[in-house]
Amino acid sequence: MSTQIPKQTEESSETEAEAEAPSKGDERRTEKRRRAAEERARRQAEEAEKAAADEETIELKVFRYDPEVEGKQEPRFDTFHVPFTKGMTVLDALMYSRDNYDSSLTFRHSCRQAVCGSDAMFVNGGQKLACKTQIVDLQEPIRVEPLPHAEVEKDLVVDMEHFYDQMEAVEPYFQTNEYPDGELEEQRQTRENREKVKMSTRCIWCGACMSSCNIAAGDNEYLGPAAINKAYRFAMDEREGEDIKQERLEIIEQEHGVWRCQTQFSCTEVCPKDIPLTEHIQELKREAVKSNLKFW
Amino acid sequence: MHEHDVIVVGAGGAGLRAAIAAQEAGADVAIVSKLHPVRSHTGAAEGGINAALRDADSWQDHAYDTMKGSDYLGDAPAVEALCKESPEEVIQLEHWGMPFSREEDGRVSQRPFGGLSFPRTTYAGAETGHQMLHTMYEQVVKRGVTVYDEWHVMDLAVTDEEDPADRTCHGVVAYDIQSGEVSGFRADDGVILATGGMGQVFDHTTNAVANTGDGVAMAYRAGVPMEDMEFIQFHPTTLPSTGVLISEGVRGEGGILYNSEGERFMFEHGYANNDGELASRDVVSRAELTEVNEGRGIEDEYVHLDMRHLGEERILDRLENILHLAEDFEGADGLTEPMPVKPGQHYAMGGIETNEFGETVIGGLYAAGECACASVHGANRLGGNALPELIVFGKRAGRHAAGEDMGEAEITTGRDGEWEPAEYEFEVEVGETGGQGPAAADGGAVASDAESVLGTAVERAEGYVEELLARKGRNHAEIRSQVQETMTANVNVFREEGRLEETLGDLHEAREAYKDVAVSDPSRTFNTDLIHTMETRNILDIAEALTMGALARKEFRGAHWRKEHQERKDEEWLKHTLVSWNDGEPELWYKPTILEGEDKTYEPKSRSY
Ligand SMILES: Cc1cc2nc3c(=O)[nH]c(=O)nc-3n(C[C@H](O)[C@H](O)[C@H](O)COP(=O)(O)OP(=O)(O)OC[C@H]3O[C@@H](n4cnc5c(N)ncnc54)[C@H](O)[C@@H]3O)c2cc1C
Ligand code: SF4
Ligand code: FES
Repeated sequence: MSTQIPKQTEESSETEAEAEAPSKGDERRTEKRRRAAEERARRQAEEAEKAAADEETIELKVFRYDPEVEGKQEPRFDTFHVPFTKGMTVLDALMYSRDNYDSSLTFRHSCRQAVCGSDAMFVNGGQKLACKTQIVDLQEPIRVEPLPHAEVEKDLVVDMEHFYDQMEAVEPYFQTNEYPDGELEEQRQTRENREKVKMSTRCIWCGACMSSCNIAAGDNEYLGPAAINKAYRFAMDEREGEDIKQERLEIIEQEHGVWRCQTQFSCTEVCPKDIPLTEHIQELKREAVKSNLKFW
Repeated sequence: MHEHDVIVVGAGGAGLRAAIAAQEAGADVAIVSKLHPVRSHTGAAEGGINAALRDADSWQDHAYDTMKGSDYLGDAPAVEALCKESPEEVIQLEHWGMPFSREEDGRVSQRPFGGLSFPRTTYAGAETGHQMLHTMYEQVVKRGVTVYDEWHVMDLAVTDEEDPADRTCHGVVAYDIQSGEVSGFRADDGVILATGGMGQVFDHTTNAVANTGDGVAMAYRAGVPMEDMEFIQFHPTTLPSTGVLISEGVRGEGGILYNSEGERFMFEHGYANNDGELASRDVVSRAELTEVNEGRGIEDEYVHLDMRHLGEERILDRLENILHLAEDFEGADGLTEPMPVKPGQHYAMGGIETNEFGETVIGGLYAAGECACASVHGANRLGGNALPELIVFGKRAGRHAAGEDMGEAEITTGRDGEWEPAEYEFEVEVGETGGQGPAAADGGAVASDAESVLGTAVERAEGYVEELLARKGRNHAEIRSQVQETMTANVNVFREEGRLEETLGDLHEAREAYKDVAVSDPSRTFNTDLIHTMETRNILDIAEALTMGALARKEFRGAHWRKEHQERKDEEWLKHTLVSWNDGEPELWYKPTILEGEDKTYEPKSRSY
């Protein structure tokens, strides 16, 4: 028993800071940092202001639903007022609400540092990691909902099985038949090649990209940005042989693979690890075309 | 009921490596984990993995550094196993495709780390743990190992014998977080605990919220001693507001620590005249807090870590992740300003007592990774030595559990070798009131066949869940934060007798309060209130053992600093602390450290950096 919550809304103002079209690596990073510095100055000023006003509280509207509990079988929003502290994140505010107001409030979280990928949610109309999202960057009241396009299990917890299945469908493991002589010898990899795959290896399986993708919402079998990115990570690794690369391209080229992508960039916009997902998908399309030309 | 040859509890680096090894040795393996594998805390490790890979380096040097770093509380057979086997294990990861940082010639990069005599820390940017965790999970997927994710293991199914050494573990009991079902997992060959750290005992920690020491507490209540629990590593560079870690890699690359007067205090105040910022973690943590206590801290709380002089290119190449962390979690831009840092709980050197193959005193029960104490880190772990521990001992435990003959162990477990009781009178009552939760081996007569041992354990666990859900009472969160506060205030980097005593009193009160704990969420679906309540009990047991050990150890060794005892006392204290659960009470005792290695004895020397 579970339910789907309403589709992604139009309010996307909160995501603007990240909503840049991906250009090339370093430039983009520098630009991002410059903006981040401005953001930071603004945030520090706001924080100082908030902290100065004694007893400042923030208002959180949180989606609630539990199939097991009679009073919660109808989805609804609960409002929590949380005392603001410097540096507070959405996750901090949720934890405060749970520990002080309602211990049944349910969400996944663990690392608090954007590496475990368990707390992707829909915050003020955008997919975000709750632990990485500062309260001062958001407009109040803050609306916290489960990831759209996923089955809700309870409150902010969604079923991740489908996401995992898609990830596993691309044979997400290194494959090579050529190992160097000698047990303690490495398979050498050039710095350039490592650089090439680096961003793709940063995925933390949070599911934000999949949730933001309109194509994935309409086509349940579409592999989705995270899984295709995983395929990219291996297909572009020079240590795997040509024959294996060919097999990989066949997987991502299938009916529900790369060709479904309509380059809407929503995945790239929401990815908390700044992975240029759309670029990776485009690059794989080109690789697929190239390899087909070779064979036909 | 689920049945497999080997059950691995936990899916971090240690659990995944154990599962792969057991499967390669021919066993039918299942992993049971409260988090999906890729959510495990190993993913947060930043700095790197130590392994003597180069001709100019040797495993013997690595072993020497590790024994010295441990302040001579490591056991040589375990330390030597770690150092000898980590090169092949690191290369194994590389062969599985792990994206290490590379040198110009395409070999994996290595960098200097605190307390190491050679730059032997291999790494993948500042996200080594993430890459390692994912690489190993990929191998688990490839091999089709069964994974039960989001199952919280509550208890071990152990036979009820008088002496823990006669007990056998037949499996585990777990609670399905998604459905609320309690189920038995029978392990015909062995159970491997790989449940990771226990940072949640403290409130300023680098550890994940899930790191509540469940495996340690579970094994303890089943009769396995907890070893060297008083040795907690406080990492010198954590962000003040959250505890998020700034990797030692920053100092490895040349990052500098300054106090509020702009002094490079590690040198200027003589804390480590040779190694400065790269002295080992205990030394640097104490130096920082001394600066703060003497009025040279910034905002009376922290010091500065500066990496600006390394230059943008090098920072982006090797420490990019640090820029993101400092920015996202502290609002500091590492490229243009120094980052605020202070010590925070980071790692538990102690844990479930095992020998060098991961075996515990209970037959069929193994432990590996941060929850275990073999012991390779003694009184102080060197940075970069935990990740190799996961893979070396994960593999050893996996193979042993799957039935491979690994020879005779040199480290003894339980009261098999020499041991002595502690002579210490605690002023408050300890133990006993941990609540009515499942406690494996002291709960009345249990038959010895696997089926009924498991059946009884499942029944007891079900009863416990039902009781927690049915009754009215206190919320665990209040009790948990009491424990975290007293531990952080009193059992931190600096420790003194009166405050340790006070903490035992506070813990006693918390235990009393826990008697009334209840879960107010009645749901069977994803009931995190219930899970956190069960975890809080584990936190209590661990906090108490830790404080008892700290009170009784009247010396200064490694991470354990005592105000009243400002020197290392080798005559008396070259021994491990053990705490056993005995009929509802913790009992403290000691066993000697093993300093004889394969071809040398590690003679204690004074430790200066
Ligand atoms: C921020 C940070 C940075 C670090 N950096 C480094 C570094 O650079 N180099 C280094 O050598 N070391 C580093 N360490 C230390 C090292 O990362 C850890 O010691 C190590 O990753 C622990 O691995 P593990 O497999 O033992 O446990 P974890 O990775 O924590 O995994 C524990 C597993 O057990 C499961 N589990 C726990 N309880 C239960 C239960 N009741 N039921 C079912 N499952 C359960 C969890 O779901 C999880 O899968 C770092 C640690 C931290 C916190
Ligand atoms: S690609 Fe980015 S958004 Fe998608 S799952 Fe991975 S980390 Fe999350
Ligand atoms: S809590 Fe781990 S990513 Fe947010």
